[in-house]
Amino acid sequence: MSERLPKTNQATSSREPLLAVDHVQIGYNVDKKLNIAVRDASFEIFAGEKMMLLGPSGSGKSTILKAVAGFLKPVGGRIVIAGRESLEPEPDRAVVFQEFDQLFPWRTVEDNVAYSLRVTGRDKREAAATAKRYIEMMGLSLAADRYPHQLSGGMKQRVAIARALALDPLMLLMDEPFGSLDAQTRSRLQREVHEISERTHVTILFVTHSIQEALFLGDRVVVLADAPSHVQEIVDVSGADDPDSEEFITLRRHLRQLLAEDEQDVHHAVFE
Amino acid sequence: MVFVGIWQAYVSLFDVSPLLVASPLDVGDSFIAGWTSGELASATLLTLKILGMGMAFGMTAAAVFTTVATWTRIGEDVLVLLTSMLNPLPSIAILPLAILWFGLSSTALVVVIANAVTWPIAINLSMGFRTVPSTLLMVGRNLGLRGARMVKDVLMPAALPHIISGVKTGWAFGWRTIIAAELVFGVAGGGGGLGFFINESRYFLRVPDVFAGLVTIALIGIALETLFNLIEKKTVIKWGMKGEAETDTTPARSQ
Repeated sequence: MSERLPKTNQATSSREPLLAVDHVQIGYNVDKKLNIAVRDASFEIFAGEKMMLLGPSGSGKSTILKAVAGFLKPVGGRIVIAGRESLEPEPDRAVVFQEFDQLFPWRTVEDNVAYSLRVTGRDKREAAATAKRYIEMMGLSLAADRYPHQLSGGMKQRVAIARALALDPLMLLMDEPFGSLDAQTRSRLQREVHEISERTHVTILFVTHSIQEALFLGDRVVVLADAPSHVQEIVDVSGADDPDSEEFITLRRHLRQLLAEDEQDVHHAVFE
Repeated sequence: MVFVGIWQAYVSLFDVSPLLVASPLDVGDSFIAGWTSGELASATLLTLKILGMGMAFGMTAAAVFTTVATWTRIGEDVLVLLTSMLNPLPSIAILPLAILWFGLSSTALVVVIANAVTWPIAINLSMGFRTVPSTLLMVGRNLGLRGARMVKDVLMPAALPHIISGVKTGWAFGWRTIIAAELVFGVAGGGGGLGFFINESRYFLRVPDVFAGLVTIALIGIALETLFNLIEKKTVIKWGMKGEAETDTTPARSQ
């Protein structure tokens, strides 16, 4: 296990990035022909930072996240995590997916969290205690003994977040975790994740296509453009949490413009 | 109950020849006598033993085939070819061949049963493996699960609804096949299982015994069906992986 950066230490200037995505190119082989999904992406994330990947569908934001998670291998460039070149999926980069079926249906809420801890080396008692703590943190105590099919979509995503946080990962990779939720549940979970991240200073890489979500949750936003995918701009949005503030509105306009320019090129992207 | 009443009334009132239809009371007597004397019990046990061995071989073969098929391209092609060739073939049809190869022994029966159960189980298992949500597989990989651990902790439980329905279909095929095979064996002079018991009783005109054998077959069928339903209720239905109203869609096959 590599040494972990202290999670509270986020204000110094001469620090190493926790994650460096360095001129990464990602492609899929389709019939022995390489289809480029991400042409050139570079950005760095520092410990405790919340980095948003914002872009239209087809801009390769999920692809980048999957490469950081280790599910895809870049065909060019490097991904370095805490000094190591990331190759394989490991629980030090815990992923929260958009799909509701990411929970093990045959395990209860509590066991979904506890199993993940057991299988990553915690002993049984510690796993149970930790699971209980994170379930309580996500407000799931009353549902601890339920099976996933008995939960609403929002609760399922809470369990997935609890499971990922309980692993005490170097960073949390969230792949549009609220993308399938109704607006109300969505904004509630956004607020909760915001609170938790403020409290724990967990490092987050968060994929979204919502400008509002990017501004509300993020410290910085990597704006991706489509066809072929590349990084358009990296915008600092750390001050813009309040949707009514002038800064929020200015930044929102800026991000809209960035995405709209891109939209004119491809004609099909949809934003809120 | 009503059915048994009508049956008894029919036999008592219409003076049916006891050589054609036995009355329920006689069948009951034969059933109890057969089980207490151990004749019916030993025949049933033998049948179940051969069925169990055939099922064990068939399930192992299905698991091996399916695992190879899931991991290799050529394995998948071979499995598709074999299942599409052998699954529609009534498994009793290979009995003459099995007798030719293995003689009038229980080995021949085990081979026939194994063939009967392998393909429905393999079809269901490979369907089960292929329909595991990709998200769930990624979650497993994210947790560092690889190889055997992945199969045991993610693939198997995720494919459980298909596994159960595969074993259910496999058992039903195997059960039909073994009774049929034993009837043939009885004619050929070997054996000693339930099918043989029925055939022999017919030969000696012990009609109540014929019925008692049939009742035994039916009861075992019902018992196993109940067992499978119970297993499903305690697992896949409880976990919401299979709806309560969902019925078995595996097409029936005549023997």
